[in-house]
Amino acid sequence: MNKNLKLIGDGLVKNNPTFVLLLGMCPTLATTTSAINGMSMGLATLFVLVLSNMAISAISPLVPDKVHIPVYIVVIATFVTLLQFLMQAFTPAMYETLGLFIPLIVVNCIVLGRAEAFANKNGVIASACDGLGVGLGFTLALTVLGLVREILGSGSAFGFNFIGGHDGMLAFVMAPGAFLCLGYLLVLFNKIFKK
Amino acid sequence: MVLCLGVTCLLCSAILGVAYAVTEAPIREAAAAKTARSIGEVLPSFTSVEEITESFDQIGEVTYFKAMADDKVIGYAIRSTAVGFGGPLTLLVGVTADGVVYNTSVLSHSETPGLGAKCTSDKKFMEQWKGLDPSVAELSVKKDGGSIDAITASTITSRAYTKAVAGAIEAFRAISGTSSVLGPAVDIDISGIDLSGIITDDDAVVPAIILQ
Repeated sequence: MNKNLKLIGDGLVKNNPTFVLLLGMCPTLATTTSAINGMSMGLATLFVLVLSNMAISAISPLVPDKVHIPVYIVVIATFVTLLQFLMQAFTPAMYETLGLFIPLIVVNCIVLGRAEAFANKNGVIASACDGLGVGLGFTLALTVLGLVREILGSGSAFGFNFIGGHDGMLAFVMAPGAFLCLGYLLVLFNKIFKK
Repeated sequence: MVLCLGVTCLLCSAILGVAYAVTEAPIREAAAAKTARSIGEVLPSFTSVEEITESFDQIGEVTYFKAMADDKVIGYAIRSTAVGFGGPLTLLVGVTADGVVYNTSVLSHSETPGLGAKCTSDKKFMEQWKGLDPSVAELSVKKDGGSIDAITASTITSRAYTKAVAGAIEAFRAISGTSSVLGPAVDIDISGIDLSGIITDDDAVVPAIILQ
């Protein structure tokens, strides 16, 4: 049990996909225009990560080495498409916002990376915990980045505007601001947690 | 090896097939609800609506919704697209039967967040379309000599928005030109009716008034 908790904690801090491993930068930079968007993208990835990690750790002993990458990709793509159907059906507004980035989870290197580096060598429960930890780490990173960009760029937090009708510093909502904020958050995160 | 990959693909497609069957109805409902909501936003209350795709010589294919109440055409919600800053900007423009814009709403866009994307939230910009009479107003932004207030720092988006509305107006003229409601086919003796003060130089107004 402790081992599994440690796996979740590792995903959040020591193996944080965004702040430490620097994986999945494309959705990180593109979807974090607001805290809500960042969080939804993180949760969508979390969903795929946990399920694909579990499925892959379950089937990995049966998969010959030569075809393991294609098989993993098919499994991951299945979960992503499943997620896409569910979002379209039940959270259409969110689906519209995240749009293109949902199908792109298939090629998110975090998901394939965890399958390769962890799930195919470990049990189902450990893999689920690893997926949960890394997914939460990704969600946390995207939410924080989205929050910082939203506060600076739009003058609101989680959609609650606190500067009235004024404009924020628009650059932070756009791509240059994404790189800037990510850079400073990386410095901050590594200053605090790396010893 | 082949067997393994084959079985995986088969299993996955089976799962997706089931998922598709299960979510198909909710997805269609969600899309329909969204369309109905948008139409409700851009037109006054109606009782029934009909989706029509029609082709016109001058402007090509137009998709629009004809809103009816008590067998009378309330107005048309016309889908219109123009190229914005980040890609196509698609609007739903509600035009009431008398040719006045009732309201507009954005169906999809890829404008810059915080700048052009404000065309979905900027009150001042959105309000100015309500009740806009295209026979009086000049449909271009003020920078180009028109009467539309552009969104600050988003002239290209505002231009595209204006162009899309103008396109919808053009489509409305084409639609109502062929429709029996506003068409010239209406043959009513107007000699006994006092039309002074109502008739303007715009011919299209006459049949509309008679039918009210």
